[in-house]
Amino acid sequence: MLKRHVAIIGGGISGLEAARVLSKSGHEITIFDAGEKLGGHVAQWDLLFPNMRKSSEILTALLNQLPKSIHILSKTTIKNIERFNGYYVIHSDRVENVLADAVLFAGGFDTFDAQRKEEYGYGIYDNVITSIELENKIKDHRFITAQGTKPKRVAMIHCVGSRDEKVCNNYCSRVCCVTAVKQAIEIKKTSPETEVFCFYMDLRMFGRHFEELYREAQEKYGIQFIRGRLSEASEAQDKTIIVKAEDTLLGKPLKMNVDLMVLMVGMELSKALVPLVEKMQLEVGDDRFIMPLDEQLYPNQTKKEGVFVAGTCTGPKNIPETLNDARSAAVSIMSYFDQLSNKN
Amino acid sequence: MSKFGFTILKDQQLDYDNLSRDLALHIQKTEPSISSCMSCGSCAGSCSASRFTQFSFRKLVINIQRGNDKQIVNEIQKCMLCGKCMLVCPRGVNTRNVIYQLRKVLNEKKHHEV
Amino acid sequence: MKVEGKRRLWQDYQKEVAEDKFFYVRSCIRQTFFPGSERAFIKIIGTELGKEINEDPAHTSCTGIGYHTDIVPFETTQTVVARQFSLMTEAGLENYVPSCITSFGLYTEILETWEHFPLIEEQIRENLYKATQRTFNKPKNLAHASDVIFKFRHEIAAKAKHKLIDVHTGRPLRVVEHIGCHYSKMFPHKGIGGAEYPYVLAGMVEAWGGEVIDYPERRHCCGFGFRQYLVQANRGYSIACSQKKFESMQPYEPDMIITNCPGCPMFLDRWQYVIGEMEKVAYGPNGQMIPVFTYEEVAGLVLGYDPWELGLQMHQVNCEPVLDKMGVQYDPELKYKGSKGEFLGVPAIPEFLKCC
Ligand SMILES: Cc1cc2nc3c(=O)[nH]c(=O)nc-3n(C[C@H](O)[C@H](O)[C@H](O)COP(=O)(O)OP(=O)(O)OC[C@H]3O[C@@H](n4cnc5c(N)ncnc54)[C@H](O)[C@@H]3O)c2cc1C
Ligand code: SF4
Ligand code: SF4
Ligand code: SF4
Repeated sequence: MLKRHVAIIGGGISGLEAARVLSKSGHEITIFDAGEKLGGHVAQWDLLFPNMRKSSEILTALLNQLPKSIHILSKTTIKNIERFNGYYVIHSDRVENVLADAVLFAGGFDTFDAQRKEEYGYGIYDNVITSIELENKIKDHRFITAQGTKPKRVAMIHCVGSRDEKVCNNYCSRVCCVTAVKQAIEIKKTSPETEVFCFYMDLRMFGRHFEELYREAQEKYGIQFIRGRLSEASEAQDKTIIVKAEDTLLGKPLKMNVDLMVLMVGMELSKALVPLVEKMQLEVGDDRFIMPLDEQLYPNQTKKEGVFVAGTCTGPKNIPETLNDARSAAVSIMSYFDQLSNKN
Repeated sequence: MSKFGFTILKDQQLDYDNLSRDLALHIQKTEPSISSCMSCGSCAGSCSASRFTQFSFRKLVINIQRGNDKQIVNEIQKCMLCGKCMLVCPRGVNTRNVIYQLRKVLNEKKHHEV
Repeated sequence: MKVEGKRRLWQDYQKEVAEDKFFYVRSCIRQTFFPGSERAFIKIIGTELGKEINEDPAHTSCTGIGYHTDIVPFETTQTVVARQFSLMTEAGLENYVPSCITSFGLYTEILETWEHFPLIEEQIRENLYKATQRTFNKPKNLAHASDVIFKFRHEIAAKAKHKLIDVHTGRPLRVVEHIGCHYSKMFPHKGIGGAEYPYVLAGMVEAWGGEVIDYPERRHCCGFGFRQYLVQANRGYSIACSQKKFESMQPYEPDMIITNCPGCPMFLDRWQYVIGEMEKVAYGPNGQMIPVFTYEEVAGLVLGYDPWELGLQMHQVNCEPVLDKMGVQYDPELKYKGSKGEFLGVPAIPEFLKCC
């Protein structure tokens, strides 16, 4: 078998897993990542849904399986990708260009910029934070308000930046419902006296053990679920946040003062990936994630020969789905190489 | 004997065998965005009218969709047309126009009946 | 509260407002509610800033109130509005400036409707022509009168005789700003600062030395509605809306309220008195109420206009506490005298509230 070279854009879990499978089959790999450390978003999380496993375990396992031969170019910005003589030439801010037989887009997602939901007051009211910030607060054992007090009451706001025409994101980000449930449980574990309310429209507990986690949140932790989407938030004089919504199951408008309001931000295609997607003229969906050649049959191929996609750059996925998708992308790339060899 | 000290309870079940879809279809034609409603309640949560009356734009939409016309006539008078709901609706429902269109047909209907 | 966060948002909602040559159209109700305000606007923009400002006595109601209470059909309203545009066109002007917020919202809505449904515009042009033989151009620039004052707020500040500052203590006055619902709730991008954190009045207050208060029920409607107020039996509902707002702002101890809609100052002013008497509460200090102003009145005070010429004696809530804080000179004797010195009559003293 001919040894081929694959350039992987993105060193998140999708890039890492694809790199492992491909290099095991003897191919040469270069991983480009804009950030300093590998692991993408998973490196930012603490405990994972649905089983509260440490995210570092997953990352260590993925990184340990990578052979030393892989080239890793972190803190690297890709400037251009060109087709040349059946190869792809990747120009970056490094001195040398990289020549590859195939390119795998594994650039993942960005979390939604909560400032765009103006009425929620993120960036304006002191005690409005995102799920990412909550994750860090819990990880660092600093579960406190902006004034340094222990929150007595917390509202988790689902669907921030998802399922919302006003911010042009009509899709569901899939992971935030279960993340809210997970984080609500973590709050109760850290601070059992704190009351937690989840404001949801639909609870999308689609994965294995998700529904069980939801049930645990109700039964074991007394977390309350209110079916109503946040209409607006304002800040009271004592810096608490006043939440307004309709309790749709009771059919009455409600208001509630909370010490902390947590916005469950959704996913959007990674902004760093957008210029490359445009340069390569890859197709995107109306959700602005990359469209594969065929959503059912060829989920990892694109219209461009030799260009593949894996992970959350084709839409929201959780970790097991991302890893499966990465393996599937590796298989697609290998069969593409087989085809190339057969042609020659 | 007719007085037994109790009454026979009336059936409270909604009868969806006899749904009247006329109004729903009419509004869907004049303001198609009504079909996009997902009953999230953002409109009612921010509505000044909902604060002081039983009015809820979300319920109004369901009543239209289910053909509970009788509920609607009184309900739509409570809206102040301030447009707050339009600002918050995540599905882009043109709430104000739904109310206009309802008032228009229901007023016309009233005139016919007179 | 992080003001930088708001400033960042305000950047996203800039709006073009014409520099000069305005076609100004009055509101049907403001002249009875706040009789000095529109005159003050003309004086500020015309005399003070030297801009060209035109009016046409043939201008009529936009029918907004009729439309919002289902008395006037939308087609009729659009045709009436088309006629107003034809007056502007005949005057050779293209910058349309309505005094009323509901008119402004309605004009915006109609222009948007025509943008998306050109056939409707055609139909309206035909209606107008058949009825009046008139034709019209659409305005090149549509701005509410408060947008215009906002645009020139720094020029006004440069000529200021008084600031929104307590002359005795040097403390900036704490101001509640209240924006008319139809200013930007329907079309956030047509309003300065958007719909969630409108900047149009806040910008004036800042430029003139005051401090803006952000309180929880800031976005709540004043309670005018239309049908809610027009039918007497429904007024309890309207007043409940105002009450919500007062209860929410009171802890911040505002010195005054500034508004940009015909209805809001009316309701925040008159209802404050009614609530005070019905419920025996005063939202201001020492049994007094919180004075309510239109933005033209505030601009007029800043420019040193006589408070009685601005029509401030027509307010239900006495304006004197604010005049005193700003250091505005006034003659209490002239408060209830008309322009020719005739006695206008004095309002009855409230039972519960203190007014002097
Ligand atoms: C709040 C939240 C909590 C979550 N919690 C869980 C959980 O508990 N359990 C679970 O199963 N899943 C969870 N997920 C989902 C999980 O994070 C994703 O499945 C996973 O991160 C997807 O990996 P990825 O490689 O596709 O993308 P990413 O993690 O986004 O990695 C992409 C990488 O590509 C890099 N990159 C992007 N563009 C470029 C470019 N142009 N050049 C170079 N590099 C580039 C980025 O720097 C990044 O390192 C959560 C998601 C969210 C939003
Ligand atoms: S997963 Fe839940 S919170 Fe996230 S977008 Fe979907 S419904 Fe909303
Ligand atoms: S327009 Fe009507 S329904 Fe919508 S928020 Fe205003 S009063 Fe409520
Ligand atoms: S806000 Fe929109 S989607 Fe939500 S209930 Fe109201 S009309 Fe329906």
